[in-house]
Amino acid sequence: MSPENYLHLAALLFTIGACGVLVRRNAIVVFMCVELMLNAGNLALVAFSRMHGNLDGQIMAFFVMVVAAAEVVVGLAIIVMLYRSRHSASVDDASLMKL
Amino acid sequence: MESLIGLLLAPPLLGAAVLLLGGRRLDRVGHWIGTALAATSFAVAVVLFADLLGRDAGDRTLTQHLYSWVPVGGFQADIAFRLDQLSMTFVLLVTSVGTLIHLYSVGYMEHDERRRRFFGYLNLFLAAMLLLVLADNYLLLYVGWEGVGLASFLLIGFWQHKPSAATAAKKAFVVNRVGDIGLAIAILVMFTTFGTFAFGEVLPAAADGGATETTMTLIGLMLLLAACGKSAQVPLQSWLGDAMEGPTPVSALIHAATMVTAGVYLIVRSGAIFEAAPDAQTAVIVVGAVTLIFGAIVGCAKDDIKKALAGSTMSQIGYMMLAAGLGPIGFVFAIMHLVTHGFFKAGLFLGAGSVMHGMNDEVDMRRYGGLRRYMPITFVTFGLGYLAIIGFPYLSGFFSKDEIIYAAFGRGGTQGWILGGVTLLGAGLTAYYMTRIMILTFFGEKRWQPDAAGHEPHPHESPRTMTIPMIVLAVGSVSAGFLFNLNHAFVDWLSPVTGIAEGDSPVSHLTVSIAATTVMLIGVAIAWWQYGRRPVPEHAPTGRWVTRAARRDLLQDDFNHAAFVLPGNYLTRGLVYVDHKLVDGVVNGTAAAFGGLSGRLRRVQNGYARSYAVSMFGGAALLIAVTLLMRAV
Amino acid sequence: MSTLTALAAETTTSGGEAAQFWILAPIAVAGGLGTVLMRRAVHSALCLAGTMVILALFYLANGAYFLGVVQIVVYTGAVMMLFLFVLMLVGVSAADSLKETLKGQRLLAAACGLGLGILLIAGIGQASVGSFTGLAEANADGNVQGLASLLFTRYVVAFEVTGVLLTIAAVGATLLTHRERIERNKTQREQAEERVRSGEQLPPLPAPGVYARHNAVDIPALLPDGRPSDLSVNPTLRERGQVREVHRQALADLAAIERRTAEYQGRAVTVTPPRRAGDAAPATDEGNDTPAAEGGGNGDHGDNGDNGRDNGPDAAGEEARR
Repeated sequence: MSPENYLHLAALLFTIGACGVLVRRNAIVVFMCVELMLNAGNLALVAFSRMHGNLDGQIMAFFVMVVAAAEVVVGLAIIVMLYRSRHSASVDDASLMKL
Repeated sequence: MESLIGLLLAPPLLGAAVLLLGGRRLDRVGHWIGTALAATSFAVAVVLFADLLGRDAGDRTLTQHLYSWVPVGGFQADIAFRLDQLSMTFVLLVTSVGTLIHLYSVGYMEHDERRRRFFGYLNLFLAAMLLLVLADNYLLLYVGWEGVGLASFLLIGFWQHKPSAATAAKKAFVVNRVGDIGLAIAILVMFTTFGTFAFGEVLPAAADGGATETTMTLIGLMLLLAACGKSAQVPLQSWLGDAMEGPTPVSALIHAATMVTAGVYLIVRSGAIFEAAPDAQTAVIVVGAVTLIFGAIVGCAKDDIKKALAGSTMSQIGYMMLAAGLGPIGFVFAIMHLVTHGFFKAGLFLGAGSVMHGMNDEVDMRRYGGLRRYMPITFVTFGLGYLAIIGFPYLSGFFSKDEIIYAAFGRGGTQGWILGGVTLLGAGLTAYYMTRIMILTFFGEKRWQPDAAGHEPHPHESPRTMTIPMIVLAVGSVSAGFLFNLNHAFVDWLSPVTGIAEGDSPVSHLTVSIAATTVMLIGVAIAWWQYGRRPVPEHAPTGRWVTRAARRDLLQDDFNHAAFVLPGNYLTRGLVYVDHKLVDGVVNGTAAAFGGLSGRLRRVQNGYARSYAVSMFGGAALLIAVTLLMRAV
Repeated sequence: MSTLTALAAETTTSGGEAAQFWILAPIAVAGGLGTVLMRRAVHSALCLAGTMVILALFYLANGAYFLGVVQIVVYTGAVMMLFLFVLMLVGVSAADSLKETLKGQRLLAAACGLGLGILLIAGIGQASVGSFTGLAEANADGNVQGLASLLFTRYVVAFEVTGVLLTIAAVGATLLTHRERIERNKTQREQAEERVRSGEQLPPLPAPGVYARHNAVDIPALLPDGRPSDLSVNPTLRERGQVREVHRQALADLAAIERRTAEYQGRAVTVTPPRRAGDAAPATDEGNDTPAAEGGGNGDHGDNGDNGRDNGPDAAGEEARR
């Protein structure tokens, strides 16, 4: 086993998550795809940590988790607000920025 | 004494400032303030004149350096005055005639509610004119030159509620502008050639051959263009007739006695330059001769008394220009004629104003007639001015004009004969049109008509404020020539500045005088034959083509229209077409292209977060690609 | 777990780890794909949870014990459950339409994903990754202790800042979802008066399914003339497109019963043939499960909801007149 395996897996998961963000319309699913991307990043960090033989990568992953948690809290709050006011959780419905 | 020079200028300048800025509270006394300040200026001029007379002939140049106006490196322009015999002559003329006309205006403008403003403008004019003649360098002269142009514009258009007056003011301004460009170019060329503007440096350098003849010719021609504009000489003469829309005192002061003679002053002052440029000198002579005849013909045909007098002014200034073009042979006599003309023409205009004043502002001479019994003072003063201008023996016109005719013969050779003939013919024409004016106005039957409002005219003598200046000017017209010729006083006075030379005239003084008087009598006789024997028709007969053309100012406006306005219009139209089709096409095309592009690009901004996310991811991918490529390279 | 620990501690990787990787990695990828491709958000969430658990296993295998546990407890346990809560709040069974509405979005997304993936893999290939150093040394005092000593020394500032961040996030979320009451509560009397004044339905709404064969909440009641009553079903259900239509057969049966009763009693038949309720109700045919917005755009949801609300009082008025 080499770190490359983990890195390839992380890249794959990251790409899948990215595609999900681009394709899905349900805001919650989009959010989940973002989580998937973050997790892919975490996997890479952990693999790096082991590769280098120190714990800095894990610390980074830890911070990513914390930030992700904060993001999820605020993001879901926004989704709830959005749903309350527009009765829809579709990201395309919140397209007020177009001309 | 030098410090008094600035004091010449100060009163009218102060008057203009006070009257124009003072507001309505000065309405009741404004005219007297203006008149008093003009008189103050005249008093200072007299003091200075006495001082100059007390000096030696060679020591009569006073200069006053007020301060350096534009001291920049090699560029030096000063506010400095130069008072010599030439300037003094002008200062005396301007202040004396100016004061008299101020006095006259008190009566003439009595019923005009904007009288205070009028006097403010008059004072402004006086100040500018004095600046023009007192300037020590060409740049300061230019300031005065523009100043009198401005005052002229303001005064011609004083009755701005009349569209004709507003148009005339605009016309005068625009035509003068053409001349002013000439002066500007002349000054610029002068500066590049000599590196200075000051009379005291430019003129000696020009006399010493400090520049090529081509340069001097260029400067001379440009100065001539300036003089043509200001003095209403052919080809820039068209504005003077229309300028008669202004109040009559303005016509008398600015468009007869003083401002229009500024061109002559310029040429006499720049005599050294013209001496170095014979071609330019010839051009001056030609312009003078052509205008002389031109103005006289126009004066013969006009029925409007002021326009007839304006034609006469043009013609008389033609005399002066011709004399000025002759060089030292004629300089002195140009100025002498200028002064005498200033007196009698101002007197004639004031007389015309007096007549109009009594005739409900009627200007058509065919509706005058028989006025000598109703306004005797006007008749007498106008008559004396008339005798002076036609050159009646021993009146002022006789001396100055005969000297010019003699000087014209003094050109020598064929040119001398031609110029002499032209000036003699001009003298005859002068006698003709002046007699015509005289007969139409003061003799014959009453041909009065009610004015537009239906009021019958009740001709009456004008108030004393108007008659006194007329009397003074009439006395001047009668006596000036005689006084000037006493012991060659004027020639001796002026020649140290202008120089004097004796031409080789093929005819003697006496012959010229006899010939001129004869021609004058013939002109009077023809005029009497045409107008004096039988009643004058109230409506002008159609006349032959010469008459019709002369009534239209010898087609000068038509010529200007055809030569400048129409091509200008076509040029503008062409440019507008190019602008619309080509320039706008390119601009609009570019705009449309960008607009279309933006319209397409706009669709990218569809407001969907996912679309934006795509571009973000695309950008990220691109960045990674670039990074990898950079590393690979 | 102990074998995994032993695996991670070694500097060289064993065949066991490889086997674990090759078994679990496809499942993780399948979970990720499921997250993206599942039509219902709940399924997506479950797939994601699976992926996360597998990732936790990978963390453990890589010697990140603390993170592995946190991943399971915090991520899979707390965050994902938060997701599920919100899903419940928003509507658990509302499936996403998979029809793309943005032109070219799928194509672009695929291109981006493909490009990104290729580039990432190319980048990994280009980097000199080398082999694992192993965490035996770093984890000598235990993984948690090692992390803690780093966290409270070198990364202490960042740690404190993330603490602040979490606090802010908590306050922000509370603020976002909190609705402040700026006027006093209405009394019951005021509420009643308001109700009468606005002309809304005064008596209780009709219960669902009373006259129909079914009495489930998702089937409208039938009015005396045989039409289904829109008021009898919960608007939320209608909005989600989950109202079941009264079967034609049932309506016909009902009419037949009426007719027979009338014949038996010798009265004239006055019952009008049963009509369908107005178009306002979501036009769902027999297939109750089919989402209403299958063919329409996203806006259809909102429109339907509006119509439903608008029609409510009208229908009530009709019934009152009757």
